[in-house]
Amino acid sequence: MSALTRDASRIAHHRRRKRINAFALVLSLAAMAFGMFWLVWILFETARLGLGGIALATFTQMTPPPQADAGGLANAIFGSLMMVGLATLLGTPIGVMAGVYLAEYGQKGWLGSTTRFINDIMLSAPSIVIGLFIYSVVIRTTESMLSLIPNALREAAYALGAPKWRVVMSITLRSAWAGVMTGILLAVARIAGETAPLLFTALSNQFWISSLGQPMASLPVTIFKFAMSPYENWQKLAWAGVFIITMGVLLLNILARVLFRDKH
Amino acid sequence: MAATLPLSSRFNTNMERSAPASRWRSAPWGDTAFALLAHAAAALTLALLAAIIGSLLVGAAPAIRAYGLSFLWRSEWDPVKDSYGGLVMIYGTLATSLIALLIAVPVSFGIALFLTELSPGWLKRPLGIAVELLAAVPSIVYGMWGLLVFGPILSTYVQTPLQALLGGVPYLGALVSGPPVGIGILSASIILAIMVIPFIASVMRDVFDVTPQTLKESAYALGSTTWEVVYKVVLPYTKTGVIGGVMLGLGRALGETMAVTFVIGNTNQINSLSLFEAANSISSALANEFAEAGQGLHQASLIYLGLVLFFITFVVLALSKLLLSRLKKNEGSRT
Repeated sequence: MSALTRDASRIAHHRRRKRINAFALVLSLAAMAFGMFWLVWILFETARLGLGGIALATFTQMTPPPQADAGGLANAIFGSLMMVGLATLLGTPIGVMAGVYLAEYGQKGWLGSTTRFINDIMLSAPSIVIGLFIYSVVIRTTESMLSLIPNALREAAYALGAPKWRVVMSITLRSAWAGVMTGILLAVARIAGETAPLLFTALSNQFWISSLGQPMASLPVTIFKFAMSPYENWQKLAWAGVFIITMGVLLLNILARVLFRDKH
Repeated sequence: MAATLPLSSRFNTNMERSAPASRWRSAPWGDTAFALLAHAAAALTLALLAAIIGSLLVGAAPAIRAYGLSFLWRSEWDPVKDSYGGLVMIYGTLATSLIALLIAVPVSFGIALFLTELSPGWLKRPLGIAVELLAAVPSIVYGMWGLLVFGPILSTYVQTPLQALLGGVPYLGALVSGPPVGIGILSASIILAIMVIPFIASVMRDVFDVTPQTLKESAYALGSTTWEVVYKVVLPYTKTGVIGGVMLGLGRALGETMAVTFVIGNTNQINSLSLFEAANSISSALANEFAEAGQGLHQASLIYLGLVLFFITFVVLALSKLLLSRLKKNEGSRT
């Protein structure tokens, strides 16, 4: 009799555990669906509202005054491309070199560990306070890619008598190239969408610029200005801009991932 | 000259050992220059950080002199009377970030659990990429979507019914009072939650993967259910890493600017504790007012706010790094 009740309680306990398990797993599935739901919704709305605003004029004409019926984003797109290009040119060498330092020289020293620490913090620190920080992403990926290169390869080169900088440039960096490129692409994608620092530094401009010292239009700032405005034509252009920028950033991200996977 | 000599000898110890002296002496300047260049690039990052903190301190000096620490709990922000205090923005920043975490942490945990334990192998990679894409979407897109698409829907289908339901209830009623316009602390928090979920989820997934397979398999062999394995084996093992990931998300939410600026309403006063009330956060105050603020106390107070935000996020992020690195060390000692 007592054996029977013990069995029954054990079965009940077992059932309860299974129920809790099933419940947790369903919740986990729901969480996954929740995350995907926002991604799909945002992309869908961006495409729906953005595609309507895309026309040839979007790429060829200047940003219009309020309530005009023509106009495009040409100068904003140009400004964005230019700033991203400049930032990449400036940030990449610094980033790659700092990454080389972290991976090759500063494994143990205080400068290495402090730089790594600060760099990781700057990666996610508030961009509005800091400004453009493209090279942070580049440093991190460069370093982790470089440390993936097998030591044997490196030592073989040393054994042949190559000086250290040759080893780094022609063996380590070349083998890690895919990863470094991935880092650069991700960084470009990140700064392309960066708005906040530009609000202060680049300001904005309705027209083409003639020199780099002038205020310059950029996509994110233009979107911000236009989206907050009550004018319908501005809002429509803002959606078009959002669509362009989202597609650009997503493409860069996917490109970076494909590149990375092919080499491994 | 004196500075380069110890450098070259320090970095060429390998070379000296592996190659005859005559061989490496043929290009010592190349090595030294390269080492210096790499050094300089690393030092530049540190110098930039120092420069940022320095310029923030200098810029905020007038406000620091005028208010000292009382700036942190003064709630008046009045450019006309030239009197400033940061309480409203600090409250808005902390409130939105904490509510965002309340939503994001359980969801991220679920996603990480799904990606590590439940998902069939062929789905893992695409889903992982999808979550990371969510992190890649520029924040201005979230902001615009939140203002023009999500806000109105939140207002009609969530806020108005909630108000009708909880309006008379003490305490809870106060939380949902105010105009249900879809802009304010609640919508800012939800948008923030969506933005930090991918960060927290991917850190959690990575630390869950750190758990040794043998530990998990032993638990399964003893008859544990999937949930029990995750809750009683994986989670205790990765505790510090999970907290580190959450802190990372918090740091991210605190500093987020554009998305919040769109949906928080930008009102420089606290009228009530309601979640529907428009408010302001440090970063959106900066984004909105900095370009207009003239030289003087207004600008200095804004920079002071920036300094406060920088300090808060720095502490949060540093803590998260420490926790995450401690997990890595433990893992090393156990295996």
